[in-house]
Amino acid sequence: MNDQSTERSDSSGAPRTTPVKSATFDDHTLSEIRRAAATGIYDIRGGGAKRRVPHFDDLLFLGASISRYPLEGYRERCDTEVVVGARHAAKPVVLRTPITIAGMSFGSLSAQAKEALGRGANAAGTSTTTGDGGMTPEERGQSKLLVYQLLPSRYGMNPDDLRKADAIEVVVGQGAKPGGGGMLLGQKIGPRVAEMRTLPEGIDQRSACRHPDWTGPDDLEIKIQELREITRWQVPIYVKVGASRPYYDTALAVKSGADAVVLDGMQGGTAATQNVFIEHVGIPILAAIRPAVQALKDLNMHRTVQLIVSGGIRSGADVAKALALGADATSIGTAALVALGDNDPALEVEYQALGTTAGAYDDWHEGQDPAGITTQDPTLAARLDPVAAGRRLANYLNVMTLEVQTIARACGKSHVLNLEPEDLVALTVESAAMAGVPLAGTDWVPGRST
Amino acid sequence: MSDAPNLARNVTVLDLQNTPVKDANTALQTAQDGAFAMLNPGGRHALACGLDAPVSVSIEGHVGYYCAGMNQHAEVTVRGNAGTGLAENIMSGVVRVTGDASQSAAATGHGGLVVIEGNASARCGISMKGVDIVVGGNVGHMSAFMAQAGNLVVLGDAGEDLGDSIYEARLFVRGKVARLGTDCVEKPMRAEHLDTLRDILARAGMEAAPEEFTRYGSARALYHFKIDNAGAY
Repeated sequence: MNDQSTERSDSSGAPRTTPVKSATFDDHTLSEIRRAAATGIYDIRGGGAKRRVPHFDDLLFLGASISRYPLEGYRERCDTEVVVGARHAAKPVVLRTPITIAGMSFGSLSAQAKEALGRGANAAGTSTTTGDGGMTPEERGQSKLLVYQLLPSRYGMNPDDLRKADAIEVVVGQGAKPGGGGMLLGQKIGPRVAEMRTLPEGIDQRSACRHPDWTGPDDLEIKIQELREITRWQVPIYVKVGASRPYYDTALAVKSGADAVVLDGMQGGTAATQNVFIEHVGIPILAAIRPAVQALKDLNMHRTVQLIVSGGIRSGADVAKALALGADATSIGTAALVALGDNDPALEVEYQALGTTAGAYDDWHEGQDPAGITTQDPTLAARLDPVAAGRRLANYLNVMTLEVQTIARACGKSHVLNLEPEDLVALTVESAAMAGVPLAGTDWVPGRST
Repeated sequence: MSDAPNLARNVTVLDLQNTPVKDANTALQTAQDGAFAMLNPGGRHALACGLDAPVSVSIEGHVGYYCAGMNQHAEVTVRGNAGTGLAENIMSGVVRVTGDASQSAAATGHGGLVVIEGNASARCGISMKGVDIVVGGNVGHMSAFMAQAGNLVVLGDAGEDLGDSIYEARLFVRGKVARLGTDCVEKPMRAEHLDTLRDILARAGMEAAPEEFTRYGSARALYHFKIDNAGAY
C-alpha cells in the first residue's frame, strides 16, 4: 500500500498530521454524550460490566510436577458434588456440579427461557433460581431444585411458593447494582407480568432497593428466623449480596444465620439497570472472593456456610479458579443465556435492525430480543424451543464440569473443592493482590508479603 | 404478663414460658381449625407466622417482629403491642392488634385485613399489594411507600411523605397529613369510595363516619421515565 495515497496535504503541500482521537473522549464517550444530550435520560441496559477488569483470566493453575502428582484423567475419581445449606436446614441442597443458575425473573425472561433454564439445570443436576416477580408454575414444574428469591419488592411473594422452594435466597443486592433496586420497563409489563407483580400494565416499574421490613443484620437475623419458622426449618436460606464490602457483608450474613452466602461481582448481569451503575458501582468478583473466604475462616464457618460466587463465570477454568480461591460453588446468568441462544451470530441481520450486533446486544429491557429469551412478546418468545435450548444449557454445564475436573485432576485433587490458592499464580500485580496468590515466577503476593 | 386471661374451655393453650416458639408455631401451622391462645409471648419473634387455615389465635401480651407474617385464612389477635413487620406479606385472614404496632406493619400485604387499634409507626403498609389496613390512631412517616394496591385507613393523623411513589393503592385519612410523598395527591371521594370505606370500617369494628375522611392516591406522573420528572426520581 502506498502511504502517500492516504496522506493528504494542505494547500502549501506540507503533509497533514494524522488526526488524533482522545483516549479520554473516545468514540464511545462522545456517542454517549450525544445520546444523553438528545434524550435527556440515562442509558439503561442489560448485562453486566463491560469494561475490562482484573478477572480469572489473570490467574493460572500450576498443575502437578515433581512435588505434586496428578490424578489419572478419566480413570481416577474426581468428585464434583456440593452440599449447600447443612448448617441449619433439615434438607440441604445437593448439587451434582458446583455450577448453579443465577436468579433471573419471569418478566425479564420469557416463560420459554425459564423453562429451558430448568430443563438444562435438571439434566446437569443443579439448581435454578427465581427472580424479581415470583415463581411461575412452569418454572417450579421444570426445576427439580429451585431457589426462591425474597427480594425487596416482594413481587409475587407468597407463602405457598415459599413452601414449595428447595431453598430461599434473601437478596440484599446484586453485582450489577449493589445498593440499587430492579427495573422493568413498560415494554415488558404485559398482562401476566402485571398480574404477578400487582402493577398496572405498561408502566416503567422500579423496584425498591431496601427490604420493606428489615434494615440491618440484627433485623435480618429475625427475618431469617421467620422464614425458617414458616418453612419449618426444612430448607436452606441463602443471603445474596453484590460484591462491594465482601468481608463485612459475609460476616454479617453468617451472623444473621445464613446457610449460604451468594456473592455477585460487578460482571454479573442484570435485566435492566442504568449503565452508570453497572460500570461504576461494585467490585470485580476476583477481588471479592478472598475477603469473603477470610470472613468465613475468621468465624470458623468456611465449608460450613457455603460461598457461592458469580459475576463473569464463563468456563470450567473460571469455576475452578473460584473454587481454588475458596468458594464452594458458582452461579451463572449471562453465560446460561448465551448457551440458550442469546446474542447468536445467526441472528445478526435482526440485531443489525435493532442498531446493534451479535455479541453486543444488551437492550434486554426493551423486550425485542430476536432470540426469544429476554422478551415477553409471544411471537418472539415462541422462537425459543425450551427443549432444545435446555439441551444446549445442559451440554454447556456438563462441559464446564468436565473442565473443572480436568484442572482438578491436573492439580492432584480428588474433589474439586480440594483446589486451593496454592494451586494458583497470577499474571499481573493487580490480580495477584486481589486473589492473594503469588505473581507468576515469584513468591511475591502484593499486599501480603514483602 | 398481666392477669391470666379468661379462656373458653375449647381453646388450646400454648404457653410460651414452657413451649419453644418452633413447637408452638408447628401446632398452629398444622391445625386445620380451632381456637388457640398463646400465653406469655414476652416479645418473642415470628409468632403465629405462616398460618394457612381458618384457626383463631389469641396472643395474650406483647409480641416481637413478624407476628402473623404471611398469614393465610387465620384470625390472629394480639392483646398488646406488636414489633416490626406485623402481618408482613399477609395474604388473607384477619390480624388485629389492640395496642400499637411498630414499623412496617402489614408490609407488602397481598390481601386480608390488618387492624391496629392504637398507632402504627413508620412505613405502615409499605409496598402493600392488596391488603386492607385500618389504624385507629396515627401512622408514622413514609406510610404506604410504593403502595401498589389495597386500602390504608387512618383514623388519626399521618406522618410525613405519606404515599410516596404510590401506585394504585387508596389511602383514607381522617386527620391531618404532615406531608404527602412524591406523586401522591388528594383525590375526590366518590360514592364508590365511601362504600368501600364504610365496608372496611365495619369489618374492622371501627366507628367513624366515612365522610370525615380524605382520599389520597397516585397522580401517576412517575409511571414512565421522563426527563422532566428527574427531580422526583
